[in-house]
Amino acid sequence: MITTFISAELPPIDAPTIEYSLLGPLFIVTGVAVLGVLVEAFWPRASRFVVQAVLAVVGIVAALADTVWVYTDLDRIDAPLQARGQVAGEGALTVDGPGVFTWGILLVFGLMSMLLFAERRLEGGLSAFTGRAADAPGSSAEAQAVQLRVEHTEVFPLALFALVGMMLFATSNDLLTMFVALEVLSLPLYLLCALARRRRLLSQEAALKYFLLGAFSSVFFLYGIALAYGYSGSFELSAIDTAVTNRTGGENMLLASIALMAVGLLFKIGAAPFHTWTPDVYQGAPTPVTAFMAAGTKAAAFLALLRVFYVGFGGSQWDWRPTIVAIAIITMFLGAVVSISQTDVKRMLAYSSIAHAGFLLVGFVGVYAGVAGSDRITSVSSVLFYLAVYGLSSIGAFAVVTLVRDSGGETTHLSKWAGLGRTSPLLAGSFAIFMLSFAGIPLTGGFIGKWGVFSAAYAGGFWWLVVIGVMISALAAYFYVRVIVLMFFTDPVGDGPTVAVPSVLTTVVIVVAVVGTVGLGIIPGPVLDLAQHAGAFVR
Amino acid sequence: MILSILAAIPIAGALLLALLPRGRGGHLPAKAIALSVSLVTLAVSFVVLARFDVGDGGYQLTSTHEWIAAFGAHYAVGVNGIALTLVLLTTILAPIVILASFDDRLPDPRGTNAYLAWMLAVEGLAIGAFTATDAFLFYVLFEATLIPLYFLIGTFGGPTTTPGGRSYAAVKFLIYNLVGGLLMLAAIVGLYVVSSRQGDASYLLTDLTDLDMSRTTERLLFCGFMAAFAIKAPLWPLHTWLPDAAAQSTPGTSVLMVSVVDKIGTFGMITWCLNLFPEAADWASPVIMTLAVVSIVYGALLAIGQDDIRRLIAFTSVSHFGFIILGIFAFTSTSMAGSTLYMFNHGLSTAALFIVTGIMVSRRGSARISDFGGVQKIAPILSGVLLLAGLSSLSLPGLAPFVSEFLVLAGTFTVSIPAAAVATLGIVLAALYILIMYQRTMTGPLDPGSAGVTDLEPREIAALTPAIMLIIGLGFFPQPVLNAINPAIDTVVSHIGKGDPAPRTPTLITEHSKDVPTDEEGGH
Repeated sequence: MITTFISAELPPIDAPTIEYSLLGPLFIVTGVAVLGVLVEAFWPRASRFVVQAVLAVVGIVAALADTVWVYTDLDRIDAPLQARGQVAGEGALTVDGPGVFTWGILLVFGLMSMLLFAERRLEGGLSAFTGRAADAPGSSAEAQAVQLRVEHTEVFPLALFALVGMMLFATSNDLLTMFVALEVLSLPLYLLCALARRRRLLSQEAALKYFLLGAFSSVFFLYGIALAYGYSGSFELSAIDTAVTNRTGGENMLLASIALMAVGLLFKIGAAPFHTWTPDVYQGAPTPVTAFMAAGTKAAAFLALLRVFYVGFGGSQWDWRPTIVAIAIITMFLGAVVSISQTDVKRMLAYSSIAHAGFLLVGFVGVYAGVAGSDRITSVSSVLFYLAVYGLSSIGAFAVVTLVRDSGGETTHLSKWAGLGRTSPLLAGSFAIFMLSFAGIPLTGGFIGKWGVFSAAYAGGFWWLVVIGVMISALAAYFYVRVIVLMFFTDPVGDGPTVAVPSVLTTVVIVVAVVGTVGLGIIPGPVLDLAQHAGAFVR
Repeated sequence: MILSILAAIPIAGALLLALLPRGRGGHLPAKAIALSVSLVTLAVSFVVLARFDVGDGGYQLTSTHEWIAAFGAHYAVGVNGIALTLVLLTTILAPIVILASFDDRLPDPRGTNAYLAWMLAVEGLAIGAFTATDAFLFYVLFEATLIPLYFLIGTFGGPTTTPGGRSYAAVKFLIYNLVGGLLMLAAIVGLYVVSSRQGDASYLLTDLTDLDMSRTTERLLFCGFMAAFAIKAPLWPLHTWLPDAAAQSTPGTSVLMVSVVDKIGTFGMITWCLNLFPEAADWASPVIMTLAVVSIVYGALLAIGQDDIRRLIAFTSVSHFGFIILGIFAFTSTSMAGSTLYMFNHGLSTAALFIVTGIMVSRRGSARISDFGGVQKIAPILSGVLLLAGLSSLSLPGLAPFVSEFLVLAGTFTVSIPAAAVATLGIVLAALYILIMYQRTMTGPLDPGSAGVTDLEPREIAALTPAIMLIIGLGFFPQPVLNAINPAIDTVVSHIGKGDPAPRTPTLITEHSKDVPTDEEGGH
């Protein structure tokens, strides 16, 4: 009686329709992360690390399997361009080909990183993370924590939350969702950066720098969102696209919005001049976290960048393309030149990641969408493939970094790597393969990736940018080659480095990365087709 | 199929050597495996030769499979007369090099397995590059040869790693070639875009030769390809990596680098530049011919001034590559056939020179010409072989390079008299650099420091004999090789649409001598 009365008075409220099966991977990872928090609260400390690690790995594998299923099940769209997928979650998300492909590579990167997180043989039975982060570095309490063998097992749920954030970031259709995803992915990473077991001060400094600069850039992004709303009256990318194409509002507001959102996104991918956090954070963070960040954040942020600029601001591409071209050139050049003078492996890899952001931007700025009915490499597919190869090689390279050690932990100073090829040819050979892939030498995946982004830029009318890009590639090759010279052609100095014998976890990661890097160079077909058939963005 | 097997055997051998446990039971197993793999490859290449129809100018023994569908790239192989000649050069030189390199003193004595494995890898990749008929496949293999050579120079080269030492030479080699290769990559990407605008993208040579492009595009893409080949070949002024690399390499590495891999550059000019961009090649030919002539004279002059024997040979190669490139861009069938034959002959004579001087250098412990003297008295066979290899390098009639150099000059004369006239200077200068080197090292009173230079061992003689026999044999009877080359060259020349310039006098002669029996026209 009462219920009928209320329903008569109030307008009907429809329950939101959520496509649970389509969003399955997101739910699985979130669920496992929450479960991880519960384990943290209730499971006995003695076996908690193992339980958390197993939970994280199993959760990611399940999500990966579901992602494959979701991908094969996506709706096909043939016009105007070939695409697959749909808008889901009441317009908050777009589950489309490129988005789900990115889920896939993010989950693979996540899985490999979790294996590195779980490695405990290198520190004498303890993980690479500090025992008690609250202790002052070098204090007696810290020594006590080591003695008691306490460990921060929260790293697993934290990484999973970051992973959810990355996945959401890559598939947001709504700028507010995108902002929330940005924060969900960033906050756990800020924390994880501060947790290195060795060189605590450097690690804490890295976390603080990352946090302050990250928060600063988020605010830019948020202001950009506000202006985009002011311009178009909506947070949804398709509505913004309509407003931009019809030029309904004031030009200045649009340009300011584009510029501010670009700052936020370019910060996350580490493009110049917003790259300054990268070397410090990469160096200070625990190496497994660096691997996770280098591969995952870059992939997620690049997808978000592509989505915002292709879908939302595609109608004003002639306004932003010249600026992005300039940023791409500066980023490639700066990354390549500065890395030549680096003496620390992790900082060198950081600058290399900046250079790669530049190469990815070359593919991005081509804005080549292909032609209906043909099977050409587009900007989106080339960037997706590049991200897959780059992430795989990066995680492999950082995994190698965790193994070259002396009494003080990892020896990241390059001079200590001299002669590594003599003492451990397999490890040095793996690292050399990653370097050759970064340099884009044929028969590695990096070459195919470079071919892809350059062809997208060429097809988009930027042949001269391709020429600049290849010249900078040669410059960048110099410092990758320098590392090979050091490892193979130089005699060891003093005792030389010791290479720790890892457990099967790190070994698996390195082997997978080597096989993937070489495999994608010789038979890129399957993954390339997958990226190709992901199609365009769904709006 | 047989061509894929031919390229796969050395690669498989290289992998086998890499997996072999090192150093146990001496290096004999590794050496035996490497030598037998290269001999098997040689045998298979003779099977290819037997199956090859010499009269046909097109590609034979072809096989095509789709490789990367999205790029339009195919695994496509096939040989014409030009490719076959260079494949045979590679398979003949590989066992010679491996046999000659058995006792190289390596900086890391445990490295013999890796040393021989990288050599086999170079052989396999070079065969692949010569037989590829897909531009993408060619590019991948062309660039991939850099990696084994880089490790061969950097790990097993000269004694020092200090500035100017082997790692410097290796990096210089790699960066120079990478810059060229990356410019070519831009052009390869451009080819894809042009080709995909006209339907389905394809990198097959047969599809690319019919490509329509604007004049500017064609010229730009040509420049991209040519940059890579000119650095590889090497053409003045892009040659400076070669003397450094040759001075810091073992003789075996130098042979593979100069006689085999650098030939991919000149081979690429004929097969890829001329077939894909005929008009642009015609447009650029005055500049390239000028640079080639400069190379000939400059390389020869610098060779005369060298005190390091290995740098001397490197500069003579710069000069010889100038002849090869001059012949290619003269666009006459005579000069192009001469250039192709020159690639083969230069490979043989340079291999003999590098190996024999390498033996001298390792026994004397110095590569400086001024450290030698009167070696002839204590090592007569060694000095005889050096003289013969040197004479072939200066194109003495009766030895193989003479025929090719003559054909190049004869063809060039019909196109450009000044270019041919200046190029002829190169022959004179060649006599200087070779004979001065021979005189200072071999004749005169015995240098006390050279007393330890012993004569050639049976193994070294066995390695050098095939090269010497071919040099002499082809000097008197080059026709079999030319028969294989000519049909392919005619195909290329007719594709460029240049044809040989009409002879200037015969019209008159035929007008006046219609009654003369035709057999008079046969003579040259």
